[in-house]
Amino acid sequence: MRTLIFRTIAPYLASLMVLFSVFVLLRGHNEPGGGFIGGLIAASAFAIYGIACGVAPVRRALYFHPMAISGFGLLVSGLSGVVSLFKDMPFLTGQWAEVHILGLAVDISTILFFDIGVYLVVVGAITSIALALEEREHV
Amino acid sequence: MAADGQWLTFLALILPFLGAAAAPLLVRAMGHNAAWVLALVPGFIFYHFTGFLQPVAAGETISGGYAWIESLDTDFSWYIDGLSLTFALLISGIGTLIVLYSGGYLKGHAHHGRFFSFILMFMGAMQGLVLADSFLTLFVFWELTSITSFLLIGFDHGREASRRAALQALVVTGLGGLSLLAGLLVIGGITGTASLSALLAEGESLRGAPLYMAALLLVLGGAFTKSAQFPFHFWLPNAMEAPTPVSAYLHSATMVKAGVYLVMRLNPVMGDTLAWETILPAFGGATLLVGTLLGVRQTDLKLMLAYTTVASLGLLVMLTGFGSKVAVEAAVLYLVAHSMFKGALFMVAGAIDHEAGTRDITHLGGIGRAMPITFAAAVLAALSMGGLPPFFGFLAKEEIYAGLAHGGSWGAALTAVAIAGNALMFALGFAVALKPFTGERVRTPKTPHEGPVLLWIGPAVLAASGLLSALASGLSHRFISSPMASAVAGEPVSVSISVVPHVGAPLLLSALTVALGIAAYLALERGRAAMAAVLEAIGWGPDRGFDQAVRGTVIASAAVTRFVQNGRLDVYMTVTFIILAAALFVPMIAFGELPAVPELPLLPFYEVAVLAIAFIGLGAVLWARDRLTAIVSLGIQGFAVAVLFMLLGAPDLSFTQFMVETLSVVILALVMTRLHLSPADHRPTDQKLLDTSVAVVCGAGLGLMLLRVVQVPFDGTLSAFFAENARVIAHGRNIVNVIIVDFRGLDTLGEIAVVMIAGLAILALVRIRPGAAPARAPKLPKAVEEKLEA
Repeated sequence: MRTLIFRTIAPYLASLMVLFSVFVLLRGHNEPGGGFIGGLIAASAFAIYGIACGVAPVRRALYFHPMAISGFGLLVSGLSGVVSLFKDMPFLTGQWAEVHILGLAVDISTILFFDIGVYLVVVGAITSIALALEEREHV
Repeated sequence: MAADGQWLTFLALILPFLGAAAAPLLVRAMGHNAAWVLALVPGFIFYHFTGFLQPVAAGETISGGYAWIESLDTDFSWYIDGLSLTFALLISGIGTLIVLYSGGYLKGHAHHGRFFSFILMFMGAMQGLVLADSFLTLFVFWELTSITSFLLIGFDHGREASRRAALQALVVTGLGGLSLLAGLLVIGGITGTASLSALLAEGESLRGAPLYMAALLLVLGGAFTKSAQFPFHFWLPNAMEAPTPVSAYLHSATMVKAGVYLVMRLNPVMGDTLAWETILPAFGGATLLVGTLLGVRQTDLKLMLAYTTVASLGLLVMLTGFGSKVAVEAAVLYLVAHSMFKGALFMVAGAIDHEAGTRDITHLGGIGRAMPITFAAAVLAALSMGGLPPFFGFLAKEEIYAGLAHGGSWGAALTAVAIAGNALMFALGFAVALKPFTGERVRTPKTPHEGPVLLWIGPAVLAASGLLSALASGLSHRFISSPMASAVAGEPVSVSISVVPHVGAPLLLSALTVALGIAAYLALERGRAAMAAVLEAIGWGPDRGFDQAVRGTVIASAAVTRFVQNGRLDVYMTVTFIILAAALFVPMIAFGELPAVPELPLLPFYEVAVLAIAFIGLGAVLWARDRLTAIVSLGIQGFAVAVLFMLLGAPDLSFTQFMVETLSVVILALVMTRLHLSPADHRPTDQKLLDTSVAVVCGAGLGLMLLRVVQVPFDGTLSAFFAENARVIAHGRNIVNVIIVDFRGLDTLGEIAVVMIAGLAILALVRIRPGAAPARAPKLPKAVEEKLEA
């Protein structure tokens, strides 16, 4: 599977896929997409990168252990639900705020962070499985 | 009662837990001197509760609490009357001394802070238990005492014997706790009450109820296991594996009395029946005799004391169940006296062990000169235990005989039991208090000398209070004995006995007990040999029975595991899918819900084309020569389904399906290359037939169910709700995503947690090294195996 073409293209393909996955994640609330799908796309990007160039570069590029990313995601999702408790609303009630960035009005919400958490959990869990399997291939 | 007082009582209830959290930090900062600071916790609680003495002596009861689980109508509430107040004072008072004592006893121990934590947590649990009003609060604290006791017995967790004793105590008292819960539920069902105070106000309704017997047996199941009544007594001596402060506190002065507390608490509403007055004295009396006889056999100071504790608990249960007011008074007096003298004697035994390096009575002697304060405390405590004037134990003993004396032949029999038990306890008490200190000096592993103040202050204070409380009997009766006896009897009782002996039957019986006790003391060596021979001849006891029960459970569960988890993946898959097929077909057939034959719609050509691709993919799976081709072909079919989703207007679903299919093909292919399977499929024909039919049945079942689902009228409530509110409430146009992250956010949170845990599990599986030994059925604990071989 490690042809020259694949090896050359894989990094670009993977980065495009990761970029796309973030796009899918962020637009998810209004258009087809969301954290789960985004996470799956990013995970396949890392899997492809790993198959093409070996596991070590992927691990270097990720910097954190994928399982730690997954755990962090779960934490983010959980904490995003806690915010509403301070407002005397039930756990996980969505909180919205409008933020102006560079003159643009952007809606920021705890829901977004919840979705980001979902994204991270999916990326982390599936990438760690895929990488572990790929790694064993070359032992 | 004033609101701030309520707040203080609540603080007193949670303070031990706060102290438990702070203890490790304090020990790190101050070493063993942290004991002085931590003793302030029970000290404050003791001080707080002394404030209730006056109102309670005047006949008031104090209750308070907060709503806990409103939807279940359950409160976190407490109820203070003479009974719970006396217990609370004993727990906090002795607790203060125990904290100080453990400061000296475990000085320099690597986990000293943890020990303080555990013992303070236990204190909080016990405190909560005796003060609890609502049944649920009572049960929660009851179980909490079992758990903290488990932690404390197993404190020295490096030793097999400690772990076994801890587990044994947890199993026995935990089962008892469940029995108690059932009993409380039955009581609640009979009377419609959920708290002790309401139950006590209820009065008669419980005794006459048809389920009275069931409630009684269940509650006694809890009380008897906790208070180590025969035949559940065996865990208590084993619990002596715990460090001595634990033995002194939990297993003599407080926790084991929880059962007695419960029996005393329920006496006004459950007592005064034939069953009550038969079961309690019978088991209590048996426990008294068994405890003392087994105690004679022991040479370890702590074990001798442990068996006398078992015996004392038996005596208390016997007196509480006897049913006369004087017997109740006797139980109350004996309980207070016992807490003081037994706590002191245990701490003395610990001090001897600490200073001389052994607590085997046959290897000790003549250390009294080296440890004068400890010796004095031991003698004072033993005098109280032996029931000699002018000590508190004497008052108790007089009342015991006065209480049992007028009760016909049943009373006479129990009196005989009490005399025998008390005489043996007298002998054992003095054996512990005199033998190590007097006589010829014996060489001990360490050269004994008086311990630091932390080690002798506890026993000294407790032993002295056994004397002072008897000398000032007017005060102690007014504030402690009478209110407590009134609470137990359920009617006003005034205790008036003093240290001045009155000539009469009780005094004569006391003298007889002392005479027999002295004789037993002198013949203790011979008695020990005789008991050893008897026990050798019997050869079986509940302790061994416990091991056999544990072993039986382990063997049975191993057999079940081997049957259910036989380690063959194909069997698991076959079973799973057969059950799936049954789950699909059985309800459909049983309820006549099979779908009608649908009209086939005329499909547009592109949908037909996609379906054709799916069928080609399926065909390719079946006819593929090797596994890898089959996996990829399965992907074709999955992609075709994804396209169908897209065509039918579910972009999110289709999107996800694409990604899932891609990743499953990649991961399956990776797994396949790792498993070293032969590239082609070599199943025998009958296996193929079985697998094919299971697959076809599952597929048909799923298909029929889906057909049926679209044939029932569609309930659009939820769809309409989501469509209407996604934009308005949740600010999102993508309904699917809004449902996932907002309306059903909690589900999603659970799901991603599952994703992560599944990921961890798979990671662990992948990392198992190929040549590693496969896991076998759990091995038996070493102690059990050794016992089996013996």
